Amino acid sequence: MTWVNAVVQGVLLGGLFALFATGLSLAFGIMRFVNLAHGDLAVLAAFLAVSTTAALDVNPFVALLVIVPGFAFGGYVLQRHVFARTMGPDPLPSILVTFGLGVVIQNALLEHYSADSQGLDAGSIETGSVRLTDEIAVGWFPLLTLGVAVAVLVALQLVFSRTRAGRAFRATADDPAVARLMGIDDRRVHARIMAIAFATVAVAGVFLGIRQTFGPADGPAALLFGFEAVVIGGLGSLWGTLVGGMVLGVAQTVGNQVDVQYDVLSGTLYGHLIFLAVLALRPQGLLGRRERA
Amino acid sequence: MSALLEIVGVDAGYGDFQALFGIDLGVAEHETVAVIGANGAGKTTLLRMLAGLVEATAGSVRFAGEDLLAVPHHRRVDLGIALVPEGRHLFPSLTVEENLLVGAHARRPGAWDVDRVVDVFPLVGPLLRRPADVLSGGEQQAVAIGRALMANPSLLLLDEVSLGLAPVTVKGLYAALPAIIGEGTTVLIVEQDIGQALSVADRVVCLLEGRISLEGTPADLDRAQITAAYFGAGAA
Repeated sequence: MTWVNAVVQGVLLGGLFALFATGLSLAFGIMRFVNLAHGDLAVLAAFLAVSTTAALDVNPFVALLVIVPGFAFGGYVLQRHVFARTMGPDPLPSILVTFGLGVVIQNALLEHYSADSQGLDAGSIETGSVRLTDEIAVGWFPLLTLGVAVAVLVALQLVFSRTRAGRAFRATADDPAVARLMGIDDRRVHARIMAIAFATVAVAGVFLGIRQTFGPADGPAALLFGFEAVVIGGLGSLWGTLVGGMVLGVAQTVGNQVDVQYDVLSGTLYGHLIFLAVLALRPQGLLGRRERA
Repeated sequence: MSALLEIVGVDAGYGDFQALFGIDLGVAEHETVAVIGANGAGKTTLLRMLAGLVEATAGSVRFAGEDLLAVPHHRRVDLGIALVPEGRHLFPSLTVEENLLVGAHARRPGAWDVDRVVDVFPLVGPLLRRPADVLSGGEQQAVAIGRALMANPSLLLLDEVSLGLAPVTVKGLYAALPAIIGEGTTVLIVEQDIGQALSVADRVVCLLEGRISLEGTPADLDRAQITAAYFGAGAA
Protein backbone atom coordinates (compact mmCIF):
# COMPACT_ATOMS: atom_id res chain seq x y z
CA MET A 1 0.00 0.00 0.00
CA THR A 2 2.90 2.34 0.62
CA TRP A 3 3.74 1.94 -3.09
CA VAL A 4 0.25 2.93 -4.17
CA ASN A 5 0.51 5.87 -1.81
CA ALA A 6 3.84 6.89 -3.34
CA VAL A 7 2.34 6.80 -6.83
CA VAL A 8 -0.69 8.85 -5.75
CA GLN A 9 1.50 11.46 -4.08
CA GLY A 10 3.75 11.51 -7.15
CA VAL A 11 0.83 12.18 -9.49
CA LEU A 12 -0.25 15.06 -7.25
CA LEU A 13 3.30 16.42 -7.12
CA GLY A 14 3.21 16.25 -10.91
CA GLY A 15 0.60 19.01 -10.86
CA LEU A 16 3.18 21.43 -9.44
CA PHE A 17 5.81 20.36 -11.97
CA ALA A 18 3.28 20.79 -14.77
CA LEU A 19 2.58 24.34 -13.60
CA PHE A 20 6.32 25.04 -13.75
CA ALA A 21 6.62 23.43 -17.14
CA THR A 22 3.67 25.16 -18.84
CA GLY A 23 5.41 28.50 -19.30
CA LEU A 24 8.63 26.89 -20.49
CA SER A 25 6.71 24.72 -22.91
CA LEU A 26 4.72 27.65 -24.31
CA ALA A 27 7.76 29.87 -24.82
CA PHE A 28 9.70 27.07 -26.45
CA GLY A 29 6.82 25.62 -28.45
CA ILE A 30 5.66 28.89 -29.97
CA MET A 31 8.79 31.00 -30.18
CA ARG A 32 11.69 28.57 -29.68
CA PHE A 33 12.66 30.69 -26.70
CA VAL A 34 14.48 29.12 -23.76
CA ASN A 35 13.98 31.10 -20.58
CA LEU A 36 16.67 30.17 -18.04
CA ALA A 37 15.24 32.65 -15.51
CA HIS A 38 11.97 30.69 -15.35
CA GLY A 39 12.76 29.06 -11.99
CA ASP A 40 14.02 32.29 -10.47
CA LEU A 41 10.84 34.02 -11.61
CA ALA A 42 8.84 31.38 -9.74
CA VAL A 43 10.86 32.01 -6.58
CA LEU A 44 10.46 35.77 -7.12
CA ALA A 45 6.69 35.25 -7.22
CA ALA A 46 6.85 33.30 -3.95
CA PHE A 47 8.83 36.08 -2.24
CA LEU A 48 6.47 38.73 -3.58
CA ALA A 49 3.65 36.67 -2.10
CA VAL A 50 5.44 36.81 1.26
CA SER A 51 5.55 40.60 1.06
CA THR A 52 1.99 40.90 -0.24
CA THR A 53 0.49 38.66 2.44
CA ALA A 54 2.38 40.61 5.11
CA ALA A 55 1.50 44.05 3.74
CA LEU A 56 -2.18 43.41 3.04
CA ASP A 57 -2.71 40.77 5.71
CA VAL A 58 -4.26 38.38 3.21
CA ASN A 59 -4.05 34.70 2.31
CA PRO A 60 -1.42 33.77 -0.35
CA PHE A 61 -4.25 32.75 -2.69
CA VAL A 62 -5.56 36.30 -2.52
CA ALA A 63 -2.05 37.59 -3.18
CA LEU A 64 -2.21 35.73 -6.51
CA LEU A 65 -4.79 38.27 -7.65
CA VAL A 66 -2.08 40.93 -7.48
CA ILE A 67 0.96 38.89 -8.46
CA VAL A 68 -0.39 37.06 -11.50
CA PRO A 69 -1.50 40.20 -13.41
CA GLY A 70 1.74 41.90 -12.40
CA PHE A 71 3.78 39.01 -13.76
CA ALA A 72 1.75 38.89 -16.98
CA PHE A 73 2.41 42.59 -17.51
CA GLY A 74 6.10 42.12 -16.70
CA GLY A 75 6.34 39.25 -19.17
CA TYR A 76 4.73 41.31 -21.91
CA VAL A 77 7.05 44.27 -21.38
CA LEU A 78 10.20 42.13 -21.03
CA GLN A 79 9.42 40.22 -24.23
CA ARG A 80 8.61 43.37 -26.18
CA HIS A 81 11.65 45.35 -25.10
CA VAL A 82 14.32 42.87 -24.04
CA PHE A 83 13.75 39.26 -25.09
CA ALA A 84 12.62 40.22 -28.62
CA ARG A 85 16.06 41.72 -29.27
CA THR A 86 17.75 38.44 -28.38
CA MET A 87 15.64 36.24 -30.65
CA GLY A 88 17.01 34.99 -33.93
CA PRO A 89 18.55 31.99 -35.58
CA ASP A 90 21.23 31.87 -32.89
CA PRO A 91 19.77 30.68 -29.54
CA LEU A 92 22.78 31.83 -27.53
CA PRO A 93 21.83 35.51 -26.95
CA SER A 94 18.47 34.62 -25.39
CA ILE A 95 20.06 31.94 -23.24
CA LEU A 96 22.70 34.39 -21.98
CA VAL A 97 20.22 37.19 -21.35
CA THR A 98 17.76 35.00 -19.42
CA PHE A 99 20.62 33.40 -17.50
CA GLY A 100 21.74 36.91 -16.55
CA LEU A 101 18.20 37.86 -15.57
CA GLY A 102 18.12 34.79 -13.30
CA VAL A 103 21.35 35.87 -11.60
CA VAL A 104 19.98 39.38 -11.12
CA ILE A 105 16.77 38.04 -9.57
CA GLN A 106 18.64 35.68 -7.22
CA ASN A 107 20.92 38.44 -5.97
CA ALA A 108 18.16 41.00 -5.64
CA LEU A 109 16.18 38.51 -3.54
CA LEU A 110 19.24 37.75 -1.44
CA GLU A 111 19.85 41.47 -0.91
CA HIS A 112 16.27 42.28 -0.01
CA TYR A 113 15.04 39.18 1.84
CA SER A 114 18.37 37.70 3.10
CA ALA A 115 19.32 34.07 2.59
CA ASP A 116 16.84 32.81 5.21
CA SER A 117 14.27 30.29 4.11
CA GLN A 118 10.73 31.62 3.96
CA GLY A 119 7.35 29.99 3.86
CA LEU A 120 3.83 30.96 2.92
CA ASP A 121 0.97 30.16 5.28
CA ALA A 122 -2.21 29.32 3.44
CA GLY A 123 -4.09 28.21 6.54
CA SER A 124 -5.80 24.91 7.27
CA ILE A 125 -5.84 23.75 3.64
CA GLU A 126 -2.12 23.06 3.95
CA THR A 127 -2.56 20.29 6.50
CA GLY A 128 -6.09 19.07 5.73
CA SER A 129 -6.49 15.83 3.87
CA VAL A 130 -9.11 13.46 2.60
CA ARG A 131 -8.70 9.79 3.50
CA LEU A 132 -9.20 7.49 0.50
CA THR A 133 -8.44 4.21 2.28
CA ASP A 134 -7.01 3.32 5.68
CA GLU A 135 -3.50 3.85 4.44
CA ILE A 136 -3.85 6.47 1.72
CA ALA A 137 -4.69 10.06 2.48
CA VAL A 138 -4.62 12.81 -0.09
CA GLY A 139 -3.85 16.35 1.02
CA TRP A 140 -6.28 19.04 -0.04
CA PHE A 141 -3.48 21.33 -1.09
CA PRO A 142 -1.71 18.89 -3.48
CA LEU A 143 -5.15 18.06 -4.86
CA LEU A 144 -5.82 21.77 -5.41
CA THR A 145 -2.42 22.18 -7.09
CA LEU A 146 -3.17 19.40 -9.54
CA GLY A 147 -6.64 20.82 -10.13
CA VAL A 148 -5.23 24.27 -10.88
CA ALA A 149 -2.64 22.77 -13.24
CA VAL A 150 -5.34 20.87 -15.14
CA ALA A 151 -7.57 23.96 -15.22
CA VAL A 152 -4.74 26.09 -16.59
CA LEU A 153 -3.98 23.52 -19.30
CA VAL A 154 -7.65 23.10 -20.24
CA ALA A 155 -8.03 26.88 -20.47
CA LEU A 156 -4.94 27.21 -22.65
CA GLN A 157 -6.10 24.31 -24.83
CA LEU A 158 -9.47 26.03 -25.38
CA VAL A 159 -7.83 29.36 -26.19
CA PHE A 160 -5.44 27.73 -28.64
CA SER A 161 -8.00 25.61 -30.45
CA ARG A 162 -11.12 27.73 -30.39
CA THR A 163 -10.20 31.40 -30.55
CA ARG A 164 -8.93 33.79 -33.20
CA ALA A 165 -6.00 34.71 -30.95
CA GLY A 166 -5.19 31.03 -30.42
CA ARG A 167 -5.13 30.35 -34.15
CA ALA A 168 -2.83 33.35 -34.55
CA PHE A 169 -0.53 31.90 -31.86
CA ARG A 170 -0.31 28.55 -33.64
CA ALA A 171 0.10 30.11 -37.08
CA THR A 172 2.96 32.21 -35.71
CA ALA A 173 4.56 29.10 -34.23
CA ASP A 174 4.39 27.41 -37.65
CA ASP A 175 5.68 30.30 -39.74
CA PRO A 176 6.02 33.86 -38.40
CA ALA A 177 6.77 35.39 -41.82
CA VAL A 178 3.66 33.95 -43.45
CA ALA A 179 1.62 34.83 -40.34
CA ARG A 180 2.64 38.45 -40.92
CA LEU A 181 1.12 38.23 -44.41
CA MET A 182 -2.18 37.42 -42.70
CA GLY A 183 -1.91 40.60 -40.64
CA ILE A 184 -0.59 38.93 -37.51
CA ASP A 185 2.04 40.95 -35.67
CA ASP A 186 4.35 38.17 -34.49
CA ARG A 187 6.12 40.45 -32.00
CA ARG A 188 2.81 41.11 -30.26
CA VAL A 189 1.96 37.39 -30.35
CA HIS A 190 5.31 36.62 -28.72
CA ALA A 191 4.70 39.24 -26.03
CA ARG A 192 1.27 37.77 -25.28
CA ILE A 193 2.71 34.27 -25.06
CA MET A 194 5.37 35.51 -22.66
CA ALA A 195 2.67 37.23 -20.58
CA ILE A 196 0.83 33.90 -20.29
CA ALA A 197 4.08 32.08 -19.48
CA PHE A 198 4.90 34.56 -16.71
CA ALA A 199 1.36 34.35 -15.32
CA THR A 200 1.59 30.55 -15.06
CA VAL A 201 5.03 30.63 -13.47
CA ALA A 202 3.73 33.12 -10.88
CA VAL A 203 1.01 30.62 -9.94
CA ALA A 204 3.60 27.85 -9.82
CA GLY A 205 5.90 29.91 -7.60
CA VAL A 206 3.22 30.79 -5.06
CA PHE A 207 2.03 27.18 -4.92
CA LEU A 208 5.64 26.07 -4.42
CA GLY A 209 5.94 28.58 -1.58
CA ILE A 210 2.84 27.21 0.12
CA ARG A 211 3.99 23.62 -0.31
CA GLN A 212 7.49 24.02 1.05
CA THR A 213 9.99 26.53 2.40
CA PHE A 214 12.10 28.32 -0.16
CA GLY A 215 15.16 30.54 -0.45
CA PRO A 216 16.58 32.96 -3.03
CA ALA A 217 18.79 30.24 -4.57
CA ASP A 218 16.01 27.70 -5.22
CA GLY A 219 15.19 28.90 -8.73
CA PRO A 220 17.60 26.73 -10.73
CA ALA A 221 16.25 23.54 -9.13
CA ALA A 222 12.70 24.58 -10.03
CA LEU A 223 13.89 25.33 -13.55
CA LEU A 224 15.47 21.89 -13.79
CA PHE A 225 12.26 20.11 -12.74
CA GLY A 226 10.27 22.23 -15.16
CA PHE A 227 12.62 21.39 -18.02
CA GLU A 228 12.59 17.71 -17.16
CA ALA A 229 8.79 17.70 -17.19
CA VAL A 230 8.78 19.46 -20.57
CA VAL A 231 11.28 17.05 -22.10
CA ILE A 232 9.63 13.94 -20.68
CA GLY A 233 6.20 15.06 -21.87
CA GLY A 234 7.34 16.33 -25.25
CA LEU A 235 8.63 19.74 -26.29
CA GLY A 236 5.84 22.14 -27.09
CA SER A 237 3.04 19.72 -26.22
CA LEU A 238 0.68 21.23 -23.64
CA TRP A 239 -0.76 17.98 -22.33
CA GLY A 240 2.74 16.55 -22.49
CA THR A 241 3.73 18.93 -19.71
CA LEU A 242 1.09 17.38 -17.43
CA VAL A 243 2.13 13.84 -18.33
CA GLY A 244 5.80 14.81 -17.97
CA GLY A 245 5.13 16.45 -14.60
CA MET A 246 3.31 13.35 -13.35
CA VAL A 247 5.98 10.94 -14.57
CA LEU A 248 8.64 13.07 -12.91
CA GLY A 249 6.60 13.34 -9.70
CA VAL A 250 5.96 9.61 -9.52
CA ALA A 251 9.63 8.87 -10.24
CA GLN A 252 10.61 11.11 -7.33
CA THR A 253 8.12 9.82 -4.77
CA VAL A 254 8.58 6.18 -5.73
CA GLY A 255 12.33 6.79 -5.77
CA ASN A 256 12.08 8.07 -2.22
CA GLN A 257 10.24 4.90 -1.29
CA VAL A 258 12.94 2.73 -2.85
CA ASP A 259 15.69 4.50 -1.00
CA VAL A 260 14.11 5.43 2.29
CA GLN A 261 17.45 5.34 4.05
CA TYR A 262 18.78 8.27 2.02
CA ASP A 263 17.66 11.87 2.12
CA VAL A 264 15.29 13.51 -0.34
CA LEU A 265 18.02 13.77 -2.98
CA SER A 266 17.65 10.13 -3.83
CA GLY A 267 14.09 10.75 -4.98
CA THR A 268 15.10 13.55 -7.32
CA LEU A 269 17.87 11.30 -8.59
CA TYR A 270 15.25 8.83 -9.85
CA GLY A 271 13.50 11.73 -11.55
CA HIS A 272 16.71 12.64 -13.32
CA LEU A 273 17.21 9.01 -14.39
CA ILE A 274 13.72 8.84 -15.92
CA PHE A 275 14.44 12.13 -17.67
CA LEU A 276 17.67 10.74 -19.12
CA ALA A 277 15.97 7.52 -20.15
CA VAL A 278 13.26 9.42 -22.04
CA LEU A 279 15.88 11.63 -23.66
CA ALA A 280 17.80 8.56 -24.82
CA LEU A 281 14.89 6.35 -25.91
CA ARG A 282 12.21 8.80 -27.01
CA PRO A 283 13.80 12.22 -27.53
CA GLN A 284 10.59 13.76 -28.85
CA GLY A 285 8.97 13.06 -25.44
CA LEU A 286 6.05 10.83 -24.50
CA LEU A 287 3.42 12.95 -26.26
CA GLY A 288 5.72 14.85 -28.60
CA ARG A 289 5.56 14.77 -32.35
CA ARG A 290 8.69 14.13 -34.31
CA GLU A 291 10.24 17.32 -35.67
CA ARG A 292 9.51 17.87 -39.31
CA ALA A 293 12.52 18.38 -41.52
CA MET B 1 -10.33 53.28 -64.25
CA SER B 2 -8.18 54.82 -61.57
CA ALA B 3 -4.79 53.52 -60.59
CA LEU B 4 -4.95 51.23 -57.55
CA LEU B 5 -1.23 50.62 -57.49
CA GLU B 6 1.53 52.92 -58.69
CA ILE B 7 5.10 51.69 -58.55
CA VAL B 8 7.66 54.37 -59.43
CA GLY B 9 11.41 53.79 -59.78
CA VAL B 10 11.58 50.94 -57.27
CA ASP B 11 14.84 49.13 -56.50
CA ALA B 12 14.74 46.11 -54.23
CA GLY B 13 16.92 43.16 -53.32
CA TYR B 14 18.32 40.89 -50.67
CA GLY B 15 21.32 42.27 -48.83
CA ASP B 16 24.02 43.06 -51.38
CA PHE B 17 22.09 41.43 -54.19
CA GLN B 18 19.86 43.82 -56.10
CA ALA B 19 16.96 42.04 -57.83
CA LEU B 20 14.86 44.95 -59.13
CA PHE B 21 16.10 48.08 -60.94
CA GLY B 22 13.92 51.16 -61.35
CA ILE B 23 10.60 49.38 -61.78
CA ASP B 24 7.74 51.60 -62.99
CA LEU B 25 4.38 49.89 -63.07
CA GLY B 26 0.80 51.06 -62.66
CA VAL B 27 -2.12 48.73 -62.08
CA ALA B 28 -5.66 49.99 -62.48
CA GLU B 29 -8.54 48.93 -60.29
CA HIS B 30 -10.22 45.67 -61.44
CA GLU B 31 -7.36 45.00 -63.84
CA THR B 32 -5.61 41.62 -64.10
CA VAL B 33 -1.92 41.97 -64.82
CA ALA B 34 0.43 39.08 -65.47
CA VAL B 35 4.13 39.45 -64.72
CA ILE B 36 6.16 36.98 -66.73
CA GLY B 37 9.87 36.38 -67.03
CA ALA B 38 12.58 33.78 -66.67
CA ASN B 39 13.81 32.35 -63.39
CA GLY B 40 15.57 35.05 -61.41
CA ALA B 41 14.08 37.92 -63.42
CA GLY B 42 12.71 39.49 -60.22
CA LYS B 43 9.02 38.57 -60.52
CA THR B 44 8.72 37.04 -57.07
CA THR B 45 10.78 39.87 -55.55
CA LEU B 46 8.30 42.34 -57.00
CA LEU B 47 5.37 40.62 -55.29
CA ARG B 48 7.29 40.13 -52.05
CA MET B 49 8.19 43.81 -52.06
CA LEU B 50 4.51 44.72 -52.37
CA ALA B 51 3.58 42.35 -49.54
CA GLY B 52 6.40 43.74 -47.42
CA LEU B 53 8.57 40.63 -47.24
CA VAL B 54 11.34 42.42 -49.15
CA GLU B 55 12.25 46.06 -48.54
CA ALA B 56 12.37 48.53 -51.41
CA THR B 57 15.68 50.41 -51.32
CA ALA B 58 14.62 53.20 -53.67
CA GLY B 59 11.51 54.55 -55.35
CA SER B 60 7.96 54.87 -54.16
CA VAL B 61 4.82 52.76 -54.14
CA ARG B 62 1.36 54.19 -53.75
CA PHE B 63 -1.54 51.85 -53.07
CA ALA B 64 -5.09 53.27 -53.01
CA GLY B 65 -3.52 56.68 -52.48
CA GLU B 66 -1.36 55.61 -49.51
CA ASP B 67 2.41 55.46 -49.28
CA LEU B 68 2.74 51.69 -49.13
CA LEU B 69 6.43 51.58 -48.22
CA ALA B 70 5.70 53.38 -44.94
CA VAL B 71 3.26 50.64 -43.88
CA PRO B 72 4.75 47.78 -41.81
CA HIS B 73 4.19 44.51 -43.57
CA HIS B 74 1.76 42.96 -41.10
CA ARG B 75 -0.49 46.01 -41.74
CA ARG B 76 -0.51 45.71 -45.52
CA VAL B 77 -3.26 43.11 -45.47
CA ASP B 78 -5.38 45.68 -43.60
CA LEU B 79 -5.00 47.93 -46.64
CA GLY B 80 -6.22 45.10 -48.85
CA ILE B 81 -3.08 43.41 -50.18
CA ALA B 82 -2.98 39.63 -49.92
CA LEU B 83 -0.14 37.46 -51.23
CA VAL B 84 -0.35 33.80 -52.16
CA PRO B 85 3.31 32.97 -51.64
CA GLU B 86 5.35 30.81 -53.95
CA GLY B 87 5.44 27.31 -52.48
CA ARG B 88 1.99 27.74 -50.83
CA HIS B 89 3.30 27.87 -47.23
CA LEU B 90 0.19 26.69 -45.44
CA PHE B 91 0.38 26.46 -41.66
CA PRO B 92 1.11 22.72 -41.32
CA SER B 93 -0.15 22.20 -37.77
CA LEU B 94 -3.49 23.87 -38.47
CA THR B 95 -6.44 22.26 -40.23
CA VAL B 96 -7.52 23.49 -43.65
CA GLU B 97 -10.42 25.38 -42.10
CA GLU B 98 -8.13 26.98 -39.52
CA ASN B 99 -5.76 28.02 -42.30
CA LEU B 100 -8.66 29.74 -44.02
CA LEU B 101 -9.77 31.40 -40.77
CA VAL B 102 -6.26 32.70 -40.11
CA GLY B 103 -6.46 34.27 -43.57
CA ALA B 104 -9.38 36.32 -42.25
CA HIS B 105 -7.38 37.50 -39.24
CA ALA B 106 -7.38 41.12 -40.40
CA ARG B 107 -11.22 41.13 -40.37
CA ARG B 108 -11.63 43.08 -43.58
CA PRO B 109 -15.27 43.18 -44.62
CA GLY B 110 -16.22 41.55 -47.91
CA ALA B 111 -17.86 38.68 -49.70
CA TRP B 112 -15.30 35.98 -48.91
CA ASP B 113 -15.83 33.45 -46.16
CA VAL B 114 -15.22 29.71 -45.82
CA ASP B 115 -18.42 28.83 -47.70
CA ARG B 116 -17.60 31.14 -50.61
CA VAL B 117 -14.07 29.67 -50.86
CA VAL B 118 -15.58 26.18 -50.99
CA ASP B 119 -17.99 27.39 -53.70
CA VAL B 120 -15.09 28.55 -55.84
CA PHE B 121 -12.77 25.63 -54.99
CA PRO B 122 -15.14 22.68 -54.46
CA LEU B 123 -12.21 20.32 -53.82
CA VAL B 124 -11.54 22.18 -50.55
CA GLY B 125 -14.95 21.27 -49.10
CA PRO B 126 -14.22 17.69 -47.99
CA LEU B 127 -10.76 18.72 -46.70
CA LEU B 128 -11.79 21.34 -44.14
CA ARG B 129 -11.10 19.17 -41.09
CA ARG B 130 -7.84 17.71 -42.41
CA PRO B 131 -4.45 18.89 -41.23
CA ALA B 132 -2.94 21.09 -43.92
CA ASP B 133 0.28 19.09 -44.14
CA VAL B 134 -1.33 15.99 -45.67
CA LEU B 135 -2.75 17.69 -48.77
CA SER B 136 -1.59 17.23 -52.34
CA GLY B 137 0.14 20.13 -54.09
CA GLY B 138 -2.99 21.18 -55.98
CA GLU B 139 -5.11 21.01 -52.83
CA GLN B 140 -2.54 23.08 -50.96
CA GLN B 141 -2.52 25.70 -53.71
CA ALA B 142 -6.32 25.94 -53.65
CA VAL B 143 -6.25 26.39 -49.86
CA ALA B 144 -3.45 28.96 -50.15
CA ILE B 145 -5.46 31.01 -52.65
CA GLY B 146 -8.57 30.59 -50.50
CA ARG B 147 -6.65 31.73 -47.43
CA ALA B 148 -5.58 34.91 -49.22
CA LEU B 149 -9.15 35.54 -50.42
CA MET B 150 -10.42 35.25 -46.83
CA ALA B 151 -8.73 38.62 -46.24
CA ASN B 152 -11.14 40.13 -48.81
CA PRO B 153 -8.23 41.76 -50.63
CA SER B 154 -8.62 44.55 -53.15
CA LEU B 155 -5.27 43.45 -54.64
CA LEU B 156 -4.51 39.74 -54.84
CA LEU B 157 -0.90 38.78 -55.54
CA LEU B 158 -0.54 35.27 -56.99
CA ASP B 159 2.99 33.93 -57.07
CA GLU B 160 3.72 30.94 -59.34
CA VAL B 161 0.39 29.23 -58.91
CA SER B 162 1.30 26.55 -61.46
CA LEU B 163 4.72 25.69 -60.03
CA GLY B 164 5.16 21.94 -59.62
CA LEU B 165 1.53 21.12 -60.45
CA ALA B 166 0.05 18.92 -63.19
CA PRO B 167 -1.42 20.89 -66.14
CA VAL B 168 -4.94 19.63 -65.39
CA THR B 169 -4.63 20.87 -61.80
CA VAL B 170 -3.37 24.26 -62.98
CA LYS B 171 -6.33 24.52 -65.34
CA GLY B 172 -8.69 23.82 -62.46
CA LEU B 173 -7.13 26.53 -60.32
CA TYR B 174 -7.21 29.11 -63.10
CA ALA B 175 -10.86 28.26 -63.72
CA ALA B 176 -11.58 29.92 -60.38
CA LEU B 177 -10.03 33.20 -61.45
CA PRO B 178 -13.14 34.70 -63.16
CA ALA B 179 -15.07 34.27 -59.89
CA ILE B 180 -12.29 36.09 -58.03
CA ILE B 181 -12.09 38.91 -60.57
CA GLY B 182 -15.89 39.03 -60.54
CA GLU B 183 -15.75 40.15 -56.91
CA GLY B 184 -13.94 43.26 -58.08
CA THR B 185 -10.52 42.08 -57.00
CA THR B 186 -7.50 43.41 -58.83
CA VAL B 187 -5.09 40.57 -59.56
CA LEU B 188 -1.36 40.62 -60.11
CA ILE B 189 -0.13 37.23 -61.31
CA VAL B 190 3.43 36.06 -61.49
CA GLU B 191 3.69 33.09 -63.79
CA GLN B 192 6.32 31.15 -65.69
CA ASP B 193 3.62 29.43 -67.72
CA ILE B 194 3.24 32.13 -70.40
CA GLY B 195 0.27 30.52 -72.12
CA GLN B 196 -1.67 30.47 -68.87
CA ALA B 197 -0.70 34.05 -68.08
CA LEU B 198 -1.70 35.39 -71.49
CA SER B 199 -5.07 33.65 -71.35
CA VAL B 200 -6.24 35.39 -68.17
CA ALA B 201 -4.47 38.76 -68.17
CA ASP B 202 -5.69 42.14 -69.39
CA ARG B 203 -2.08 43.24 -69.60
CA VAL B 204 1.30 41.51 -69.57
CA VAL B 205 4.54 42.82 -68.13
CA CYS B 206 7.75 40.98 -68.85
CA LEU B 207 10.75 41.25 -66.52
CA LEU B 208 14.30 40.60 -67.64
CA GLU B 209 17.13 40.71 -65.12
CA GLY B 210 15.23 43.00 -62.77
CA ARG B 211 14.00 45.48 -65.40
CA ILE B 212 10.76 45.71 -67.35
CA SER B 213 11.56 44.55 -70.87
CA LEU B 214 8.08 44.55 -72.38
CA GLU B 215 4.59 45.71 -71.54
CA GLY B 216 1.32 45.41 -73.46
CA THR B 217 -2.01 43.68 -73.88
CA PRO B 218 -1.95 40.01 -74.92
CA ALA B 219 -3.66 40.94 -78.21
CA ASP B 220 -0.94 43.45 -79.14
CA LEU B 221 2.01 41.22 -78.41
CA ASP B 222 3.26 38.49 -80.71
CA ARG B 223 5.24 35.43 -79.77
CA ALA B 224 8.56 36.77 -81.12
CA GLN B 225 8.32 39.97 -79.10
CA ILE B 226 7.60 38.01 -75.93
CA THR B 227 10.42 35.56 -76.60
CA ALA B 228 12.83 38.46 -77.12
CA ALA B 229 11.70 40.19 -73.94
CA TYR B 230 11.73 36.94 -71.97
CA PHE B 231 15.20 35.75 -72.88
CA GLY B 232 16.86 39.05 -73.81
CA ALA B 233 17.52 40.55 -77.24
CA GLY B 234 20.44 38.23 -78.00
CA ALA B 235 18.19 35.19 -78.07
CA ALA B 236 15.61 36.69 -80.41
